[in-house]
Amino acid sequence: MAATVTPTGTHHRRRLPWGEISRWAALIVLASITMAPIFVMFATSLKTQVEIQSAVPNWIFMPTFSNYQTIITQYRFTPFLISSAVIGFGSTAITLLTAGMAAYALARMRFPGRGLIAQTTLIIRMIPPAVLAVTVIGFWISWGIGDIVPGIRFTLPDGLGRGNFLDGSQLGLMLFYTALNLPFSIWLLFGFIRQIPVELEEAAIVDGANLLQVLFRVIFPLMGAGFAVSAIFTFRIAWNEFILALMLTNRFTKTLPVFASEFIREEGVLWGQMMAVGSLIVIPPMLLTFFAARQIIQGVSAGAVKG
Amino acid sequence: MRTNRFVPYLFLLPAVAILALGLLVPLYNSVMLSFYDWGFGQPWSARRFLGFANFERLLTDPGVWRSVRTTFVFGFWVVTLEMLIGVGLALLLEKAVRGASFIRTIFVMPLMIAPVVVGLIWRYLLDARNGIVNYYLTEIGEALPFLQALGFKAQTWLADPTLAMVSIIVSDVWQWTPFVFMIVLAGLQGLPGDVMEAAYIDGANWWRMTWHVKLPMLRNILLIALLMRIIDVFRALEVIFIMTGGGPGSATRVLSLQLFQTAFTSQDLGYAATIALLLSVVLIVFSIVLLLFSNPLKDKADF
Repeated sequence: MAATVTPTGTHHRRRLPWGEISRWAALIVLASITMAPIFVMFATSLKTQVEIQSAVPNWIFMPTFSNYQTIITQYRFTPFLISSAVIGFGSTAITLLTAGMAAYALARMRFPGRGLIAQTTLIIRMIPPAVLAVTVIGFWISWGIGDIVPGIRFTLPDGLGRGNFLDGSQLGLMLFYTALNLPFSIWLLFGFIRQIPVELEEAAIVDGANLLQVLFRVIFPLMGAGFAVSAIFTFRIAWNEFILALMLTNRFTKTLPVFASEFIREEGVLWGQMMAVGSLIVIPPMLLTFFAARQIIQGVSAGAVKG
Repeated sequence: MRTNRFVPYLFLLPAVAILALGLLVPLYNSVMLSFYDWGFGQPWSARRFLGFANFERLLTDPGVWRSVRTTFVFGFWVVTLEMLIGVGLALLLEKAVRGASFIRTIFVMPLMIAPVVVGLIWRYLLDARNGIVNYYLTEIGEALPFLQALGFKAQTWLADPTLAMVSIIVSDVWQWTPFVFMIVLAGLQGLPGDVMEAAYIDGANWWRMTWHVKLPMLRNILLIALLMRIIDVFRALEVIFIMTGGGPGSATRVLSLQLFQTAFTSQDLGYAATIALLLSVVLIVFSIVLLLFSNPLKDKADF
């Protein structure tokens, strides 16, 4: 294969592999440029306000957790973290389940309307949150989950109203984040299901399984890799998204990106606290990246190479 | 497989219901709202039917066209720089990267962190008074005074119209070049080994290899990366919102920010919906073009 081919194959003299060394040097420089801004954020979050505002950047300093202490004790950080987590994990779970079922139907069944549904998901997949935000402001805000179609009014059952643990604003965000991720997830999982030999399902049906059992006992267990990629990308949107969260959430249900943005004040930016919230926001995606970089690259290039 | 004819619809129902409520109904609402004058907070009954007046206003609104122009300027620079740097790096580092999975992991980071955080980090780095960028520019400028004429001095990055545009371009290039790099790298590593081998045996050097063999074979992937970056330029909003809020004046107010501010700051929902439609049409057109090059349904004759 390609690995055995070298462009310098005609050189047999022993010498330092300058090409190799310069490529590694370039890689290290690039990696530093990539990480430096994130590193600065972590460092700043561990500084006092005086250190942050000093004229000379101090790279050596006594780290303090006072910014973290402030955001946890003087602000409602914990409820917002819970809100972010509920919305992040909730949207991810709903996306995987509904996308898995839809992908299975599209991959294995023939029915009228199949092409229409397939094409529609592909055409609307790039609609940005900003476009959705207009109707969110218009119709959703005043009624929690509100008049979705003007004239038809949805009322939420008691216990899901405003200010409760899981309220209309969080359900609304979960709905939007799931909808924004479904097209990509359906097509990703569609590709994975296509690779599973259909004989497995036929055997299960001969053994007396119904379709739901086939789906949950035969297909889904074989799709770990597909679910992992899909989950990472859904969680990324749901955890990071800002515009819709800014529109929909109230003072009880804010997500962390909205909370972080509030440290930009008229009288200046509270850098220390802001960087502390920012650091806490990026930790889960960074951990995901460390453990699943391969899956992320697979997902990014699936969009490009396979569609 | 033999199934009841309602089964496929049952399997699709949850996903279709969510897509309908979360994407199609808001789009339908935008279409409907674009025919009305309706302010934020007013009861729906207070709306005023305008016919096509919002669309006429859109065609002649200097604010909207300025924001389209701003989007093109921003888009031209970020897409050009990201494609050139991303493709260049992928070609140069193709071999070394094969073993360097840790460094590959690092390049994924900017894609995964929240746009709000990207915005606040760059706002901090470029801060006129306490920013690290200004500090080191000043230091270098004082050490080597002839560089001061080239801009090595304290700059008001986010308060000057041109520099604010440069700033949001820099942050976008930082965040999205790795995306182009990863896609092109995946493409390079998927090139058929026997073709590469044949080209080397024929005596092709690195330059000819790249220009006459690799890049032509990667044409589709390059086009897809380009289209995806163009689509994302029209979607970009959060980083710019945090860094400059569209300012100073309207120097960095891209189309999606114009839309957001019409809805949220001006609270003019009918007109905001009209701008939202313009943006949606642009993105749907690009999505369809993208499907011509990268369609999960292609080569599957049963669709």
